Amino acid sequence: MLKKMKKQPNAQHSFSIGGVVSAIQNPDKRFTLLLWAAALVVPLICCAMLFSLISDSVLAFGEFGIFKFITSSQWSYTEGHESCGALPFIVGTLESTFLALFFCIPFSLTVALFVGEYYKGRKVAAVFGTITDLLAGIPSIIYGLWGFYVLRPIVVALGLSEQGSCILTASMVLAVRIVPYAASLSAEFIKMVPAELKEAAYSLGATRGEVLRTVVFPCAGSGIFSAFILAIGRALGETMTVTMRIGNTNQMPTSLLSTGNTMASIIANQFGEADGLKLSSLFAIALILFTLTAAINLIGKILIHRAQIR
Amino acid sequence: MENIDKTILRIHDLSVAYTADKLSVSHVNCDIPRNQITAIMGPSGCGKSTLLRAINRMHELYRGIQVSGQLWMNGLDLLKTNAMQVRRQVGMVFQRPNPFPTMSIADNILAGYSLNGLRLDKSQRQTIVEQSLRSVGLWDEVKDSLTKRGTFLSGGQQQRLCIARALALRPSLLLMDEPTSALDPIATATIENLISELKQEVSIIIVTHNMGQARRISQKSLFMYLGELVECGDTEQLFSDPSDSRTRAYLSGHIG
Repeated sequence: MLKKMKKQPNAQHSFSIGGVVSAIQNPDKRFTLLLWAAALVVPLICCAMLFSLISDSVLAFGEFGIFKFITSSQWSYTEGHESCGALPFIVGTLESTFLALFFCIPFSLTVALFVGEYYKGRKVAAVFGTITDLLAGIPSIIYGLWGFYVLRPIVVALGLSEQGSCILTASMVLAVRIVPYAASLSAEFIKMVPAELKEAAYSLGATRGEVLRTVVFPCAGSGIFSAFILAIGRALGETMTVTMRIGNTNQMPTSLLSTGNTMASIIANQFGEADGLKLSSLFAIALILFTLTAAINLIGKILIHRAQIR
Repeated sequence: MENIDKTILRIHDLSVAYTADKLSVSHVNCDIPRNQITAIMGPSGCGKSTLLRAINRMHELYRGIQVSGQLWMNGLDLLKTNAMQVRRQVGMVFQRPNPFPTMSIADNILAGYSLNGLRLDKSQRQTIVEQSLRSVGLWDEVKDSLTKRGTFLSGGQQQRLCIARALALRPSLLLMDEPTSALDPIATATIENLISELKQEVSIIIVTHNMGQARRISQKSLFMYLGELVECGDTEQLFSDPSDSRTRAYLSGHIG
């Protein structure tokens, strides 16, 4: 049997035992095998995570039903009267994310234009671009701390909110958090717009603003859009910056100035003292968040891929 | 007076420097004839494209390029006029066809108008699109797909579209920077015939590294070498009896 399989020319690419055995004898194939083994760890971890999210949330989904879990706004764990719905957290997550996106767009677009078009290739653009990338790498707890001790007093002083903890302030810090991602990626797409297209527009007598409007933005548009999709993906899952600013209350947010919780922040706040049904509910929320961010990131990647092909 | 009428552009002491210590185009003086084709030839790096791009002020888009001298066209020094205004009167066609990829064929033709904020009504738009496409012989080929993107056309068609786009603004002078270097021989022949016909409408300066092309289509030729204008004159004369030894060496293939 082994002898027979060894004769197959492509045995090293199939996962037959014979293929593995023959691969172990050949150093080149051994390395390929090692690469395969190491690379397979990634999808395995992903599947394992998804499996445990699903298996641990079965209890909660079974007790409340998937639809009711997503649409109910009650979150109480009084012994014997458990009722729980993730709606306030889903709403809190979406509200803070899209508000953050709203704040983020004008800032990241201007930074992207500065770095990718107006001062492209100059020292000042390199410096600003590096600082932008640096901001993207700072741990989110630092943004949270800054938001708590610097931004909150300002919000209170402006009279926007009494304690300074609300969805609005959480979104502001969140916006600062995602601007570097959106700006840095948008700048890359703006840089990619071919000089010959811009020159064509200039040669027809266009001003710089007209070149931006008719050439740069239309050409880089889908790339910039995907940059913002990826920024949304970031914002959805952002935990510490939001947890420290949003007020952490479990009721439905009534306005942008009311306190709330996001899916990430409720998990961060309650995982320590949760067990049984409550823990399962947190897993269920984690599963929803996982699916949502994975979908958003996938869409973003597909759009980027398409933009690059164009 | 007669001399001025026959001349569309008078280049006077034009120099271009990319770096402070070296002139890439050095003190060029030359008259460009009206409604004729003027070819600028010379080996790679001799400054022919650099000279061409000085005329419609493209160097200003990049930092650190110094242009000095005078460019007289229709009584105005182009170097002292508003750059957008200059570029509307001096069209340009580039080495590689570059239709705007996000625009339809018709919108590409009208790009010069929309970019300059000039509003046109529907019949004006139709007239301009048809006239411009007809003048480059592209109308019959694309009249049923005017709303399709220009990037679906073949290379030669794209280049004719780009010529039509430049002509749509009715420029006095058309600059062509090796417009056939990215095209196959058949498309090249089509474009060369087109250029020869276009001189009725517009004065043309064409940069080419192809001596044969210069000889076939131009009436006046400039030979540049190492940033200097070595010789300029009637094309037939320059090819049959060049006065400078460097021109002779280039034409006979000894330098290049």
